[in-house]
Amino acid sequence: MRLRLLAGAAAACLLLEFSAGSAAGEIPLGERRSGYELMARETRAIQDDDATNPGMLWVLDGEALWGRKAGAADRACADCHGDARASMKGVAARFPAYDAARGRLVDLEERINACRTERQKAAPLAFESKELLALTAYVARQSRGMSIAVAIDERTKGFLDAGRETFHRRQGQLNLSCANCHDHLWGRKLAGTPIPQAHPTGYPLYRLEWQSLGSLQRRLRNCLNGMRAEAPPFGSPELVDLELYLMWRARGMKMESPAVRP
Amino acid sequence: MARAVVTVPAQAKRGEIIEIKTLAAHAMETGFRRTQTGELIPRDIIRTFTCTYNGVEVYRVELHPAIAANPLIAFTTVAIESGTLSFQWVGDNGYSATEIAPIRVE
Amino acid sequence: MRTTRREFLILTAAALAAPTAAKAQLDPNLAANRKAAFQEALRRIVGDAQVRRGRVKLVLPPLIDNGNSVPLSVAVESPMTEADHVRAIHVLTEKNPLPDVVSVRLSPRAGRATLSTRVRLADTQTVTAVAQMSDGSFWSDSAEVVVTLSACLEEGLI
Repeated sequence: MRLRLLAGAAAACLLLEFSAGSAAGEIPLGERRSGYELMARETRAIQDDDATNPGMLWVLDGEALWGRKAGAADRACADCHGDARASMKGVAARFPAYDAARGRLVDLEERINACRTERQKAAPLAFESKELLALTAYVARQSRGMSIAVAIDERTKGFLDAGRETFHRRQGQLNLSCANCHDHLWGRKLAGTPIPQAHPTGYPLYRLEWQSLGSLQRRLRNCLNGMRAEAPPFGSPELVDLELYLMWRARGMKMESPAVRP
Repeated sequence: MARAVVTVPAQAKRGEIIEIKTLAAHAMETGFRRTQTGELIPRDIIRTFTCTYNGVEVYRVELHPAIAANPLIAFTTVAIESGTLSFQWVGDNGYSATEIAPIRVE
Repeated sequence: MRTTRREFLILTAAALAAPTAAKAQLDPNLAANRKAAFQEALRRIVGDAQVRRGRVKLVLPPLIDNGNSVPLSVAVESPMTEADHVRAIHVLTEKNPLPDVVSVRLSPRAGRATLSTRVRLADTQTVTAVAQMSDGSFWSDSAEVVVTLSACLEEGLI
């Protein structure tokens, strides 16, 4: 194992500073930092002011969609859930969550789509579509400042373990795991930018690189592409398991949606 | 869909300089990017932004492709009388968006 | 089959003569051309007038996370009265594909001669703001910005 690790480190010339000795363990709870803290002051300012945070454009769209009737049932989200500012408070901080009807884990986007197909009798919204991002952003906005608290019990434990396994598994042509960078090299630089700890505290978030709002799954697929690994398609269980592990890893940290990142 | 957001104080004292922040939902496609197959993506940007105060133009901006997506334009104006501030964004391919904000001046 | 010297010369001449092939290459004079475009844009704004340093304050972060969205603000010292105000503010770059970034027309009704926006910067470069006063004079300020490139960019558009 140690040998393979060293060989992998040598192959990953991007990570010259990687030391095999640091491979053990996760980031201690007290040392966790949101990516917000690694950003330039100017980028933090964009997130902090709703009047300049472009993510608010999606939140406002989501607010409009929340009250709009849709589907054969001719029902709006608000018809069942009422005022989102009360009913959706803290909800995004608890996803992904176990869905008893499906017998599996679902993330917030899938949960919104479940409502659409089952309650509104409407077609599901496509991943990364403007509408799905808007509704997710609006729901997630209601959890801003609240602590992340995904439920880990006998039903979700297996998914958490699967997500953890994915996070620590070396993959792709660079033979890297998520943990190589985000557990062991956070705070150092890759190219010109600091490596964050990868806490999903602000999704869906506005990336200056994307010049748009995007989901956590989009970011995960980005990362996997960067590792030269095969990125599973949107909605695949592997990504949802990874989302759960990341949210558990960020447990107790404050929600920032819609966050801004470089 | 919300095409723009404006932040204007609801009331102000006569003669007070008020701060206005505006965001418009627009990709501001530069015309310099290419697809993976090498085709140029045509330019599609907002060209002008104007703010009128009770019908009088008080601030006008000409935008170029170097303005970031979802343009932020923040500026000031003097609160002279109660009425309406109106904001208009006009761009390529027939793009147009308008927002209005009432203001009470005492 | 081997290419003869004659065939090689003919092929080379044909390639050099083909304008589309030449255009597909990155222009070796890119930096000089963009600098010239900047000078041209500046001349279009100020004509033959002298541009003085001062009265304009251009604020940009010296080192930025991402060139796609760089906070920029300009503030010009002026009483903003009918007799003495700022008529226009222009922002120009030296290394973007186009020199013009943004132009503002304003009157005393603005109260203050300011603009805050977010801009795209293609590279580490100098950004210049020029203000035209109601007396016709031009004033300017410049700021140097270092653009760092992110790792792990999303693949797709280039």
